[in-house]
Amino acid sequence: MAWGKRLCLLAAVLAAGMMATPLARAQDQAPDHQLHGQDGDDAVARGEYMARVADCGACHTVPGGAPFAGGMAFHLPTGTLYAPNITPDRQTGIGRYSEAEFSRALRRGIRRDGATLYPAMPYPSYARLTDADVHVLYVYFMQGVKPVTHAVAQDGMVWPMSMRWPLSIWRTLYAPDPEAVRRDMDRRTFADPLVARGSYLVEGPGHCGACHTPRALTMQEKALTAADGPLYLSGGDVVDGWRPVSLRGENRTGLGRWNEHDIVRFLATGRMPLGAAFGGMADAIGHGTQHMTDDDRLAIARYLKTLSPAAPMVAQGWTYDPAVTDALRAGDVSARGARAYVDRCAACHRTDGRGYPTTFPPLAGNPVVMDPRPDSLIRIVLEGNILRATRQAPSAFVMPGFAARMDDRAVADTVTFIRAAWGNDAPAVTGVDVARIRRTLSPGHPPASLPMN
Amino acid sequence: MSDDARRLRAVDVVIVGGGWAGSIMAKEMTEAGRSVVMLERGPDRSTAADGAYPASIDELEANFRYKLFQDLSKNTVTIRNNSRQTALPYRRMAAFLPGEGVGGAGLHWSGVHFRIPPDDLRLRTRVIEKYGAKFIPEGMNLQDYGVSYEELEPFFDKAEKVFGTSGEAYMVKGQVVGKGNVFSPSRSDHFPLPALKDVYTAHLFRKAAAEVGFHPYSLPAANASRQYINPYGVQMGPCNFCGYCSGYACYMYSKASPNVNILPVLRRHPLFELRAGCHVMKVELDAEGRRATGVTYTDPDGAVVTQPAEMVILTAFQFHNVRLMLLSGIGRPYDPARNEGVVGRNFVYQNVTTSNVWLDRGIDTNQYIGAGGGGVAFDDFNSENFDHGPLGFVGGSPVWVNQAGVKAIAAAHSGGPPGTPRWGSAWKAGVIDTYRHSLRIDAHGANMAYRDVYLDLDPTWKDAYGQPLLRMTFDWKDNDIRMNRYVVDRIGDVAKAMGARRVNLTKREFGRPFDTRQYQTTHLGGGAVMGTDPGTSALNRYLQSWDVHNVFVIGANAFPQGTGYNPTGMVAALAYWAAHHIRTTYLAHPGPLAG
Repeated sequence: MAWGKRLCLLAAVLAAGMMATPLARAQDQAPDHQLHGQDGDDAVARGEYMARVADCGACHTVPGGAPFAGGMAFHLPTGTLYAPNITPDRQTGIGRYSEAEFSRALRRGIRRDGATLYPAMPYPSYARLTDADVHVLYVYFMQGVKPVTHAVAQDGMVWPMSMRWPLSIWRTLYAPDPEAVRRDMDRRTFADPLVARGSYLVEGPGHCGACHTPRALTMQEKALTAADGPLYLSGGDVVDGWRPVSLRGENRTGLGRWNEHDIVRFLATGRMPLGAAFGGMADAIGHGTQHMTDDDRLAIARYLKTLSPAAPMVAQGWTYDPAVTDALRAGDVSARGARAYVDRCAACHRTDGRGYPTTFPPLAGNPVVMDPRPDSLIRIVLEGNILRATRQAPSAFVMPGFAARMDDRAVADTVTFIRAAWGNDAPAVTGVDVARIRRTLSPGHPPASLPMN
Repeated sequence: MSDDARRLRAVDVVIVGGGWAGSIMAKEMTEAGRSVVMLERGPDRSTAADGAYPASIDELEANFRYKLFQDLSKNTVTIRNNSRQTALPYRRMAAFLPGEGVGGAGLHWSGVHFRIPPDDLRLRTRVIEKYGAKFIPEGMNLQDYGVSYEELEPFFDKAEKVFGTSGEAYMVKGQVVGKGNVFSPSRSDHFPLPALKDVYTAHLFRKAAAEVGFHPYSLPAANASRQYINPYGVQMGPCNFCGYCSGYACYMYSKASPNVNILPVLRRHPLFELRAGCHVMKVELDAEGRRATGVTYTDPDGAVVTQPAEMVILTAFQFHNVRLMLLSGIGRPYDPARNEGVVGRNFVYQNVTTSNVWLDRGIDTNQYIGAGGGGVAFDDFNSENFDHGPLGFVGGSPVWVNQAGVKAIAAAHSGGPPGTPRWGSAWKAGVIDTYRHSLRIDAHGANMAYRDVYLDLDPTWKDAYGQPLLRMTFDWKDNDIRMNRYVVDRIGDVAKAMGARRVNLTKREFGRPFDTRQYQTTHLGGGAVMGTDPGTSALNRYLQSWDVHNVFVIGANAFPQGTGYNPTGMVAALAYWAAHHIRTTYLAHPGPLAG
């Protein structure tokens, strides 16, 4: 192509870009979220939607319990936290909160009585909520949620973590100031309004980083937005025994091989051809993302796909390696863990590791399987898991746990086998790793509510 | 009883029984915007609880302690061979295994999912056309269904898509498309999933049957050959041939069941309510007995409750449907002496015998592998696919190898070849030889309906709720015995072609009565049959009671006589057929759909 033509084309593209909508900001409302009025049923409905986006129910609603009546336990290394009742009950809930107090709790982490909230409440992310969204949330919680009198158990944190005053110092040091956040949001612009919307949902109400971003020793997230650098959403610390994987573009351990459609489907149904939801993400989908609009799910997907890999690629991208499959099919189970894999796992996940998407997820090429930290994989093998039904995917699937039937060594061998088969390249795990996780299995297992299909 | 009952708020439709027919009708009625209460006598059931691997694959619990089956201590039937005998209660599961609990027989079934041969739907007409009216033996109540294959085809198709049925078509839209059953009628579409792979014994049988000149085909199976999403959006897993189908909740989610294929959607429907542990005792009728007003049942706490409804749909399994009609006074009870009346008439069973073939000891038959609906069959001697003229009997029998997974206790129970000692090292050797090197071939024949084979209420025995038990009067007849013996000889031909080392052909014997102690099949039929003549059928061709227009009765009770095929596919199609006419006609104009 001649230079002249290229320049013409470039000019045309630039012109088209300039004629298109101006650069978008995170807080710009998506077209179908235009405000039609500030109050009334519309605000209640929009507030309900935002409560789902912000996943309030994941913590403040106990499975089978009254919505938002609190009581969910958080088993942290420093003690056990219980989520408070946030129904509009005046004695035990938030019925006495003014909108300003509500906003302050949400965005600054300050309770009505002035005490600081534990940062299990993701106010560093909620600081990014727009005034409009805080307003509809307030209207919803005051008018759309049924007040429930339910005094939540005292926090079970042991001293010194039981004291709240050090939290104020923590908050001052590490929680962002909503005003500064607002100025930052005003400055940050995006060429694609969908990416802008996605950044708002992910960094703000969706508070994805609360789990998926690593935290410092002092517990604050090491990055709060994509602008803070590649640690953002690069994989978090273990929460409730589950290790949140990287949501960045790593080929093997992140979302590098997931396309937009995969992510949208995953957020709607908890399942897509490359994997299935488990652990805390199952709750996030159940309470939150399955109820989002397709546009918002697409916005999240497009935004996540803008996140580069956290570290430069050291290994080659994942490609399927049939060596293990060929060996198993030839009856060769001499590799460590191979026999247990064939006996225990292959009926669903197959000797070729490809599973039966989207019913039984693949292990070949699965980022969770190749995660440097094997916690989730070991836990799933020990206690099993439930792929919950969603609005768009009414079938649940239960994987049995093997804790009672496999000792630490057998689990370690099997997990090691899975992590190295079919092109997977994750390091081996030991019986000590398995023993560590076995000790933390929740006594409440199996879960109280079994799916009915 | 009903006067003291607590009355609940009326609903549009009450459905009695939570199996396939009930779940299909509930789905269809909620789609039509009607509120539905489904009452199930047994407990609620799910894969997560009842199919939890590996505890669920417990043969002792499932197949010998009958976990998923009816509690006979509360309610059973009485049985006798003829009306000169006194019937006694069926106290131990043996000959047939009625289910209980949500999913019903649809949870414990194997998965063989057939349509019906078109000739079977008009068997009386067809036999008279081909052989003359005199060909019908004295005492045989041969009847037509009053509905044609063409009319039912869309509903067979729908049921297969909901069930995720695996199979290979022969003819689609009049064009030969594959190696399916050459005797099967044209279909509007292919099976939703490809046929299951042949297990080794089925492979050998396919080859031998073709060599003899028969026309083998893959059994249509509601055991998914791969993962599947049905039109309701629910998902199935793929069958892994573990063999734990019949008597089990499938832990792979691959055997179709109401629980896996329909209820996940139904349970979240705001117009649907499932009440488990509720035993329906009676359909309530208005003063004239022309209209149902609801049902009365005993709830899990033992309280007697009346649920008023605009429509009552009975889907409680073949003989429970008949009994509820008799207990409620719906339709005229059958009188065998005069061959008049319709409720209890044309009670039929299925004419199944299993033969054994031993192959060379170098051939392992791997009987532990299996899928409940998988295998290879031939239909050369089924329905009107062959000339009955010189043979002199009515009816026929498909023949198949349906290796559904032989488990340890069952293998030990069946022992070795005839003549093997019942204990000691010779027994051991016989069991091992049989388990490792034999296979089973079934003649899965039709049972015709006879004037003196029927259902009525037992004059003596009552259930736990004080209501009379249903009485079965049943025996094998010469026509059916001759049919079985002829077809089993054809098994002998195939066994020879397989190079059998030893063959044990099991045939029905003349003069040997129906034996309730031996498992045969749970495929009971008739008793409240469909048809176009109110004098010989309890239900019209839409499965609506001729007498009480807002009562529909869905199940194998509607079959005027037996067929060689497993009944579930036909029951499901009849459910969708009835639902279609309820939705398109009855709801707008309640009243008799046929005059």
